[in-house]
Amino acid sequence: MTVTLAPATTEAHTPHPSTPPASTARRRRWRPGLLAAGAYLILLVVAAVWPAVLAPGDPLAADPLGVLEAPSAAHWLGTDHLGRDVWTRVVHGAGHSLTIGVAATAIAVTGGVLLGLLAGLTHRLADETLSRAFDAISAFPILLLALLFIAVAGPGTVSLIIAIGVATLPHHARVVRGQTLLVRRAAYVEEAVTFGLSRPRLVARHVLPNVIGPVPVLAVIGLGEAIMIAAGLSFLGMGPQPPSPEWGAMLSEGRNYLQVAWWITVLPGVAVTATVVALTVVGRHWQTRFDGRQR
Amino acid sequence: MFSSPLRAAARRLAAGLVVLWAAATAAYLALLVAPGDTVDTIVGDGADTPQIRAEIIAEWSLDRPAVVQYLDYLRRLAGGDLGRSYLLQRPVVEVIGEQLAPTLTLALAAAGLGVLLAVVLAVATAGNRRPWLRRASSGAELLLVSTPPFLIGIVLLSVLSFRFGLFPVSGDRGVGALVLPAVTLALPIAGLLAQVLRDGLDRALDEPFVLTARSRGVRERTVLLRHALRHALLPAVTLAGWLFGILLGGAVIVEQVFGRPGLGQVTLTAVTGKDMPVVLAVVTLSAAVYVAVNTIADLTYLLVDPRLRRS
Amino acid sequence: MAPLLAVEDLHVDFDTPTGRVAAVRGISLTVERGECVAIVGESGSGKSVTARTLVGLAGPGASVRAARLDLAGQDVRGHRPRDWRRVRGRLAGLVLQDALVSLDPLRTVGAEIGEVLATHGIVGRRERAGRVTHLLDEVHLPEPERRARQYPHQLSGGLRQRALIASAIAGEPALLIADEPTTALDVTVQAQILRLLAERRAAGVSLLLISHDLAVVAQVADRVLVMRDGRIVEHGPTARLLRSPAHPYTRQLLAAVPSASSRGHRLAASAVAVGRDGGVARREALPARPEVRPNDTLLDAAGLTRRYGDHTVVRDVSFSIARGETLGLVGESGSGKSTLARIVAGLLAADTGAVTFENAQWSGVPERVRRPLRRRLQLISQDPLSSFDPRYRVAQVVGENLDPDVGRGDRRDQVVDLLRRVGLGPDLLDRHPRRLSGGQRQRVAIARAIAPRPSLIVCDEPVSALDVSVQAQVLDLLADLRATDGTALLFISHDLGVVHHLSDRVLVMHDGAVVEQGPVGDVFTYPRHDHTRSLLDALPTLVTAGRPQEVRP
Repeated sequence: MTVTLAPATTEAHTPHPSTPPASTARRRRWRPGLLAAGAYLILLVVAAVWPAVLAPGDPLAADPLGVLEAPSAAHWLGTDHLGRDVWTRVVHGAGHSLTIGVAATAIAVTGGVLLGLLAGLTHRLADETLSRAFDAISAFPILLLALLFIAVAGPGTVSLIIAIGVATLPHHARVVRGQTLLVRRAAYVEEAVTFGLSRPRLVARHVLPNVIGPVPVLAVIGLGEAIMIAAGLSFLGMGPQPPSPEWGAMLSEGRNYLQVAWWITVLPGVAVTATVVALTVVGRHWQTRFDGRQR
Repeated sequence: MFSSPLRAAARRLAAGLVVLWAAATAAYLALLVAPGDTVDTIVGDGADTPQIRAEIIAEWSLDRPAVVQYLDYLRRLAGGDLGRSYLLQRPVVEVIGEQLAPTLTLALAAAGLGVLLAVVLAVATAGNRRPWLRRASSGAELLLVSTPPFLIGIVLLSVLSFRFGLFPVSGDRGVGALVLPAVTLALPIAGLLAQVLRDGLDRALDEPFVLTARSRGVRERTVLLRHALRHALLPAVTLAGWLFGILLGGAVIVEQVFGRPGLGQVTLTAVTGKDMPVVLAVVTLSAAVYVAVNTIADLTYLLVDPRLRRS
Repeated sequence: MAPLLAVEDLHVDFDTPTGRVAAVRGISLTVERGECVAIVGESGSGKSVTARTLVGLAGPGASVRAARLDLAGQDVRGHRPRDWRRVRGRLAGLVLQDALVSLDPLRTVGAEIGEVLATHGIVGRRERAGRVTHLLDEVHLPEPERRARQYPHQLSGGLRQRALIASAIAGEPALLIADEPTTALDVTVQAQILRLLAERRAAGVSLLLISHDLAVVAQVADRVLVMRDGRIVEHGPTARLLRSPAHPYTRQLLAAVPSASSRGHRLAASAVAVGRDGGVARREALPARPEVRPNDTLLDAAGLTRRYGDHTVVRDVSFSIARGETLGLVGESGSGKSTLARIVAGLLAADTGAVTFENAQWSGVPERVRRPLRRRLQLISQDPLSSFDPRYRVAQVVGENLDPDVGRGDRRDQVVDLLRRVGLGPDLLDRHPRRLSGGQRQRVAIARAIAPRPSLIVCDEPVSALDVSVQAQVLDLLADLRATDGTALLFISHDLGVVHHLSDRVLVMHDGAVVEQGPVGDVFTYPRHDHTRSLLDALPTLVTAGRPQEVRP
């Protein structure tokens, strides 16, 4: 989705345009937002790996006597229509959401990198064919493509992972292909033959590292997207089935009690949003550092 | 000189057709690779009688060689025949045709609102004029882009409809019922577009031609609207097809949240009922919309940027 | 009568994330009506900021202070944005470098000029088109009506720059501020633009000319101000300042300009002694070079042709380079010199023709065959940073071109040695090239190029992006290296002075073909081809006083 318009190239010799100093620098040293995002992500990983540390209770334990209780000291985020503790469920849901997101992103990024490199490094015919294929798959809205997959394979966590992975793969592949072409045509690669490097060594030493370098950034931002799509699909009932404490599914369940107990619905939603925001903040920060290095 | 823009336009149209063909093929492949018998897949959860099975085999030419099946499928598609839903016992074109209008209304309303909001936000916060507003706006955009649309919808619903009773809770009667769904769908788009537009504006404002324009005594507003905005719109235009995809995908969710009829309901019913002809039709239709919007966007691009008309 | 522009004690500071930076530190200047004043300085001198401040466009984060800032009798110090808008375009017009980016690429030339007319309500809507045509005619744009409907990219560089000037004079300002108006242009086009500016001045417009090039401003300016680090170090009438510069920096700038008279001598400041009258009196001679034997051919190119589509970029070019020789290659942009450089460097295949190098077939052979010879032929380009892997630090950049068999420990020592040879200290080893200055980067590129002890280095515009004093140092370095190593150079430049300074022989390229070649003195003194002659005629030269004498070190 990053679109660059080919810059208007100037004449061959253009000495220093003598511009006034750094008019666009908008950098601040102290970044509370970045810190908060990092802290949240650490918490999220803890919740996913050892949920009991943050919420020792059982996410499935119903309490018929304490249904739809508002947030209190006993139940930080209240209870749902079955009397289950919302906080415990949100914490235990992190594992589900993160697993789906990470697995889907792994599929998308791995496939994207391999296909993108294949398109960018091999013959023009292969590039043309693959690029058209990426275009074709990108023509389907991601959510609908995932729904198509689920219609074929049936709902469930594994379907969800594969569906999101496949649907977001072309985007990664295109970015990697674009980056590969950019690096391949860069002066430092073109001129490296003058050092007597053979083509395979040139690719290994200069092309691959500079193509792969930005991939983790891509993955972090992609992870946020995957988690959001996953939440949407589970909300529609296509993911992990109740009573599993997945965030999107919790939202869907709580919808019927919106008027009496907003917390059942809103708080898992806030968890999704916070996760995506945190991933985006960290990813963007990383990206600007990368861009700075590339330029 | 004159014929080259036409040639460029023709090339883009051809590229669009290729993508459309590939997308239709991909959708068809999805049907074929589905586990189990293809007839089972097409029949879905609909009535399964030997008569219907025979009908399916005839309609999809399943008794003929694979190449013929595929060509038949393409021919039917080109003729606007999207097959038959065995769950609903009706032609798919009818099913979709009935539900197209509400979704299209919703999508267009959301698109218009989103673009308007994005332009206003971006123009108001571009450059370094109001750093405070700029930061607030960036934060809001990040939040909008990162919030699942159903959450936005639910929050709007619980505050504006349940708490204050300003808008109907569900349904599709009247303009009032359109407001909340359209806003819900528009907000994430506005957030994303505003980021792209402001980036473009910032880049354009750093260009020497903006300095030249300012040195002519032109007002800052004119600099923004007459010079910078055009440059900022170019990258945004290329996002049009992709945004439409988000709108269609988002419509599925938003229609579910607000209980609106439309393509979203049709899709969900079809997916849960494994009504493959309908699912395939919706997916192919959305790809067609994407290709159409993208081709129009590309042609707009040619119109706006004279530099591209050369080659 | 008061001067048109009067500036006293002007300060411009910028607030940056890293603190406050003073760009202009108390300068004073005046421009009389009908006068042409030039500000000359290297990058970072504050000359552009000064120009922009005069029209209230110093930029975001700038704070401006001055004891006096009068433009056409108006004190502009307290001007609000609205007041400034009445000044811009109407009292003072601004012309920037390279109209391809200084005119809005999405709007026609006519619309851009019309904008000035509309903004200041100069002519009514109906007469606007006619006035635009008239203005384009005034700057000698052929077919003004048709040009007005064209976009900047459809015009050549020179025509574009004329259109930009037309837009700056549309509001009939009394003062025209031109910031590097000819910098991206070819020398012949540059001469035309300078003539056009002189013409405006004859028509009564005052000119404030900003440039890095003393020779350019010498053509049109009445007075010159030399700026450095935000201060004016010297000012005076052009002829006087060029003949007897008083300030060491001015002398250093003048001495650094390569030309016919600097041949065989060093250019950089430390190597130049200054005579009593202020002119450049004595220069240090360059070290003696191994003798060049013309028959000892190192590289031979015969009948090279290269086409792109139906456009022939290089057309039947033949030449040879002797061992240790420096062959200059001059030509304007689009003459095919860079394509030729890439063919010679083995980065691009010629359609026809052959290159032999070190008595071996160099062109038209598989890369595998060429690879053993690769290290004998190296390349230095205009933009060194883009030729460095963005992940690499200086040590890796230079080390990459060392013999692969060199061990790890030796490697670092050798890199240190190479850096020392190009005048860089070992403290730069672990620095990232992005954090180096332009001159340092080019030295790193040179260190990398000489690492495999090549017999030929192709230098493609190696000093074009550098300030004149840095250019002087890099040219001196190249001269030293060829003396010690006996390396041959194929030296490509658009700058005739640079080529004249450094080369033994020269090729002149025009439209892809070599129109003239021979010993550099002969070609530049007695040009036989019309194109060479027009290049030389257009070349702005310094009317320097006193030929340098030699000092033996």
